[in-house]
Amino acid sequence: MTSRTQIRDQSAYFPTEQEYDGLLRKRTRRALVTQGLLMLALIVAVVALITLLLTIINDSFGLVAQVNQVEPEEIVASAGYDPAEVAFGDLSKDELITVLQSGVSNNVGRRLERDQRFYEDRLVFETQEKWDEVCASSEPPAGCAGGSRDQSNLLLLVQERIVEPDIVATATLWQSVSNASAFENAVQTSFAENPDRYGDYTYDQVRYQWRAWFSWTFVTSPASATPETAGISTAILGSLWLVVVTILFAVPVGVGAAIYLEEFAKPNRVNDFIQTNINNLAGVPSIIYGMLGLAIFVRAFEPITSGSIFGADAANGRTVLSAGLTLGVLTLPVVIISAQEAIRAVPNSLRQAGMGLGATRWQTVRSQVLPIALPGVLTGVILAVARAIGETAPLILVGAAGFITTSPSGPFSQFTALPIQIFQWTALPQEEWRHLAAAASLALLVLLLILNSGAVILRNRYSRRMQ
Amino acid sequence: MTADAPQKQDIASELKKRRRPGESVIVGLLFAAGALSIAITIGILYELGTESLLFFRDPLVSFWGFITGTVWQPQAGTFGIWPLILGTLLITIIALTVAVPIGLAAAIYLSEYATQRVRGFFKPVLEILVGIPTVVFGFFAITFMTPVLRSIFGSSVVGFFNVLSAGIVVGILIIPLVSSLSEDAMSAVPNSLRQAAYGLGASKLEVSLRVVLPAALSGIAAGIVIAMSRAIGETMVVTLAAGAAPRNFHIGEDSLFGYILNPFQGAQTMTGYIAITASGDISYNTIDYNSIFAIGLTLFFMTLGLNSLSRRIVKRFRQEYE
Repeated sequence: MTSRTQIRDQSAYFPTEQEYDGLLRKRTRRALVTQGLLMLALIVAVVALITLLLTIINDSFGLVAQVNQVEPEEIVASAGYDPAEVAFGDLSKDELITVLQSGVSNNVGRRLERDQRFYEDRLVFETQEKWDEVCASSEPPAGCAGGSRDQSNLLLLVQERIVEPDIVATATLWQSVSNASAFENAVQTSFAENPDRYGDYTYDQVRYQWRAWFSWTFVTSPASATPETAGISTAILGSLWLVVVTILFAVPVGVGAAIYLEEFAKPNRVNDFIQTNINNLAGVPSIIYGMLGLAIFVRAFEPITSGSIFGADAANGRTVLSAGLTLGVLTLPVVIISAQEAIRAVPNSLRQAGMGLGATRWQTVRSQVLPIALPGVLTGVILAVARAIGETAPLILVGAAGFITTSPSGPFSQFTALPIQIFQWTALPQEEWRHLAAAASLALLVLLLILNSGAVILRNRYSRRMQ
Repeated sequence: MTADAPQKQDIASELKKRRRPGESVIVGLLFAAGALSIAITIGILYELGTESLLFFRDPLVSFWGFITGTVWQPQAGTFGIWPLILGTLLITIIALTVAVPIGLAAAIYLSEYATQRVRGFFKPVLEILVGIPTVVFGFFAITFMTPVLRSIFGSSVVGFFNVLSAGIVVGILIIPLVSSLSEDAMSAVPNSLRQAAYGLGASKLEVSLRVVLPAALSGIAAGIVIAMSRAIGETMVVTLAAGAAPRNFHIGEDSLFGYILNPFQGAQTMTGYIAITASGDISYNTIDYNSIFAIGLTLFFMTLGLNSLSRRIVKRFRQEYE
């Protein structure tokens, strides 16, 4: 009873009802404001992601100001049509070949024909004897395999060889959509103020055209020194080759290590050390792996990675094999850790049932544990591969070629890769390359999206099975 | 029956003893796969070590000058690592200033407040951020962040290459790391603590900030240390956005805030130096070639130190609740 009286005595410390309401309201308000602030953090993350994606899309499409060496209308007129009625894209294959014949030198024509024939049944630039001779040589060009160019391919050729657009200024998607005339005025002013920048061109020659930097043509064309024709097929193929080598190395080794650590390793010092070591490796910056790749795969193992002991004639060890192995070593800890998690998730009852029936440990692992863990392991592998595809720094170290136009054809080829291409184009000062870098980033993100959706589908199927 | 019993035992012991050469080979191979990770670590240490040794043996280089020097000018034969460490630290600090408040707030919200639907929306966003290659973030830094900063602070103040832009973008890059590690730490806090606090009349905010957050603090600290190590090792964003000139300085002569710590100007980082030096056709056994390994070794030990620090913090944290 005494304590109660004490509290009564201290009634000065108790707020009146009004004060109490005020305090309560203050407390609620503070809670709401803080909750709003916490929410704001998540919104900032979302805004950052959206801004990033919009920046890329903004630079992947837009108006360009270009000077054509030959106007498409002139080509249409020379084919005998009224440019007002017939569009350039409507010209037939035969008409386009005639245009090409009159526009390019015989040498260039022959080269194009050797890449791919114009007609199945006759030759345009080559003579029959020369063609047979070339195709009978030890390294026949691609055109000998048969097949002919179609109209859309010729349209591209005429664009590239005859129209020869030279881009003088570019606009982003937002500029093009919101205020295209401001862009046109800016180009005009720029022509008036520093004509030297544009060489022989005058403003009258400038044509405005819509350009999708990210297009099917872009994805399928090889690298080029001119931004108008540059594409990423070389880089995509390079990345795919790297992924193949990476998977061939990291998956068997990674899954093997995971099986060992989860199913066979007794908890002793050696195995603990291996586990700690793997966790440590997962935290090593990727550029360090690049240095490892440079010193070991490129340099120390040069006879193997350049393929010289297998009779390949690569100049040095900066090949698909070296880079793929480097990425393999880099992804190995990730593969091991995710495979371990998948194996650990397999219920122990299955192992006990297998062993109870007299199976050995390995038999149990092979026919009980692994099949169940497989989707989980695969998900981990896909995510690791997705990470490997985006890695840039290690590839710089192991010497991805800055500029090559020939697609890699095997493990001993020189190569370039999609992220390397983005890096190099981003580092160039001219606007055109920035747009190409954006388009290449978009391509890379699409590739990753496809891979990750695969992983999500696998994960969903997996969780359904486990239920 | 009694006559059979010893026979059965014999079979059992015989089965137990029977060698299975195939399986031992398989287990041997699996062990080799596990042990390969040790070979990789040894490979990293050996290569970084021997090439660094070559670097320090060079008459132009002194070890003392390397670890104390504040001028990095390979062309002039001056190799002091501090300008590169300065660049790395500036970017890391800016990145943490961005990522820790945002990542932590996001983690508190996701762990304590969010409903299933809200989580279902925001978690994938963070996962997508993790999946975006760093070179794309580098592109973002140059084409978006740098122009925005230059228009805010004026292009005479902010250089085309600047530490701030790179730092902010690296910060965005590590937000998901901070938030997911912090969220893990907070969801590991036993529910009984929350219920006890609610029982005493605490509001949700008070439970989150005064009970859960302090209880998860060591886990959160471990996560922040991991994020810091990630920011130090980050290469592409800093190579593209922070420039290729080391910020050489002289203590006492250069203004501290106007130059040495100025976030608006460029500064090369350790990773940036390695990437730029290696991206040309670098010839082996030159001092440039060896120098990237000496820097790599420094970087390796810095990240390794941070990673083991974080593991040590986590270990202490686990003991608290078991």
